[in-house]
Amino acid sequence: MSQLVMVENINLGGVGGRPKSRWTYLDNIRRSAGPFCDPDAEFGDESIAMFDSFKVLVIGAGGLGCEILKNLALSGFKNIHVIDMDTIDVSNLNRQFLFRASDVGKGKAEVAAKFVMNRVQGVKITPHNCKIQDKDDDFYMQFTLIVCGLDSIEARRWINSTLVDLVDPENPESLKPLIDGGTEGFKGQSRVVLPTMTSCLECQLDMHAPRAAVPLCTLATIPRQPEHCIEWAHIIAWEKEHPFPKLDNDDPEHIKWLTEKALARAKEFNISGVTYSLTQGVVKNIIPAIASTNAVIAASCCNEAFKIATSTNPALGMEENYMMYSGNDSIYTYTFKHEKKDDCPVCGNVARTLPVDPNLTLQEFIETLAARPEAQLKKPSIRTEEKSLYFQSPASLELKTRRNLKLKMGKLVENGEEIGITDPSLGQVSFRFKLKFSKVFVKVAMVEEKTKGEEAK
Amino acid sequence: MLKIWSLKQKQQAEDNANAATGGKKKKVTAAQLRVQKDLSELSLPSTMKTDFPDPDDTLNFTLTIEPDEGMYKGGRFYFKFNIGQGFPHDVPKVKCTQKIYHPNIDLEGNVCLNILREDWKPVLNLQAIVIGLQFLFLEPNASDPLNKEAAEDLRSNREGFKRNVRSSMGGGAVKGQNFDRVLRSA
Repeated sequence: MSQLVMVENINLGGVGGRPKSRWTYLDNIRRSAGPFCDPDAEFGDESIAMFDSFKVLVIGAGGLGCEILKNLALSGFKNIHVIDMDTIDVSNLNRQFLFRASDVGKGKAEVAAKFVMNRVQGVKITPHNCKIQDKDDDFYMQFTLIVCGLDSIEARRWINSTLVDLVDPENPESLKPLIDGGTEGFKGQSRVVLPTMTSCLECQLDMHAPRAAVPLCTLATIPRQPEHCIEWAHIIAWEKEHPFPKLDNDDPEHIKWLTEKALARAKEFNISGVTYSLTQGVVKNIIPAIASTNAVIAASCCNEAFKIATSTNPALGMEENYMMYSGNDSIYTYTFKHEKKDDCPVCGNVARTLPVDPNLTLQEFIETLAARPEAQLKKPSIRTEEKSLYFQSPASLELKTRRNLKLKMGKLVENGEEIGITDPSLGQVSFRFKLKFSKVFVKVAMVEEKTKGEEAK
Repeated sequence: MLKIWSLKQKQQAEDNANAATGGKKKKVTAAQLRVQKDLSELSLPSTMKTDFPDPDDTLNFTLTIEPDEGMYKGGRFYFKFNIGQGFPHDVPKVKCTQKIYHPNIDLEGNVCLNILREDWKPVLNLQAIVIGLQFLFLEPNASDPLNKEAAEDLRSNREGFKRNVRSSMGGGAVKGQNFDRVLRSA
């Protein structure tokens, strides 16, 4: 039904095309309710004005990011931010089509933003040339939707836990749907996370195949492949010689050093194939990217973004939330619901409030835990983010934390601070509690008594 | 979008009874919590003990192994554990802090133990690593060498290897290489 419409609509037209007619067909979809529309949603000027006010964040301006930015701009999103810490490398140009040879060395976010703004009238794209970790909660709070085109699990886990933490029960707008795309050769996935409501990226961590590692002894004694020589340089030679204070995968000097070490070792074992780019690939764990897979996955992510933002059609989310795609053996796709994990360290196991009298000692507090019917903990170990309060074992740690038992809770923790409790009787489960002081903490009691005593003398 | 917000509000109303409120404070991290669980389940034989230089930092500690049998009997070996925030998905970094003569431990202290690298799985725990390390001292393994000379020595001449281990543990030299003194008695 709408497929013909869209084909006609992707007429890039060039700078200064006919801005109004560009959105005609898109507006048909956005304005009139169709058979699959959410019955509670309204369609009209108001809903379009709301759509126009949405701010979308795109994380990553690489292979997926270029596609996502283009697609979102052509889907009518008006206010887009893009964040990427990388600069353009000559090897990106084969698929990251927003970049030209003259852009090599410039920041990806900035060049990509400029290109799309030039091409699609009326869209505002704000680039951020930094790490996602450099931005604070307030930054992420301003967006309606977040679309990720990332190449690392580490960055995904970070943004995932940040968005889960951002959810404030009092404010529904603090819930930011996260749309994540990922590709590996001919395979890919797109998925939608509604933080705290549905399975998060941490719940789905086991969906990533772990990186195949080679035994250390193979690297150390009988390398057979160029990759073994590079891993050897990376793990063993670097540790031994420490040519630079800290290995930076993005520093060409460092990669060059590793390449030379690996080359020397390869020569010794008569292995060919060690190059600068292979070294970079092994060290950064780069998997060859296929432009069309990126296009398929980015398209699917952006369609979900559009459907979530407009309620025109059912989207990935509450029910099915994960679409896997494989082009390895013909084409196969499978869409399913990945269940939320109750014991997920990020979105499960949310801290419960536990009222506590700050004048109790830690020992007394632990005794109350044993008595609480829902806890019934016999041998709990307890910590805050900063401090180990009490560990039942191992012996050395028990000895060092034992003195805390006599201290008052008010002295050990702050009001509202979170504690984590484990206990052998809990098995795999652990508890998090946010401590809420039920009484005023009488801090000065000891001092006063002492002064009184002295006065009496 | 509105649909999701209203669903969230509905879900929230159900949860509200026990959800925590109040300002944001630092959360106990997933790695901390898992290490805490692993530590409380750690059952160490009398030949091993842990030491936490900073008891608040449970992600960094030292394990001492004092084998009471085998070729390394009488020695005291230190292993530094460095656990990252990615634990248990990422394997802890474990290094021997002394220079010792062992086929599976190189002169920098890197350890060749399958579960410390290619066979690590999040379902494994600190106990598995500790047992694995202990095993290396009871049964040095010449077929997975990290110190090639030592492995060759063990394979070709077991008695000679034993003698070399003894002299290296006393702080002597083996094949021109000096080793740290690791004997327990003064």
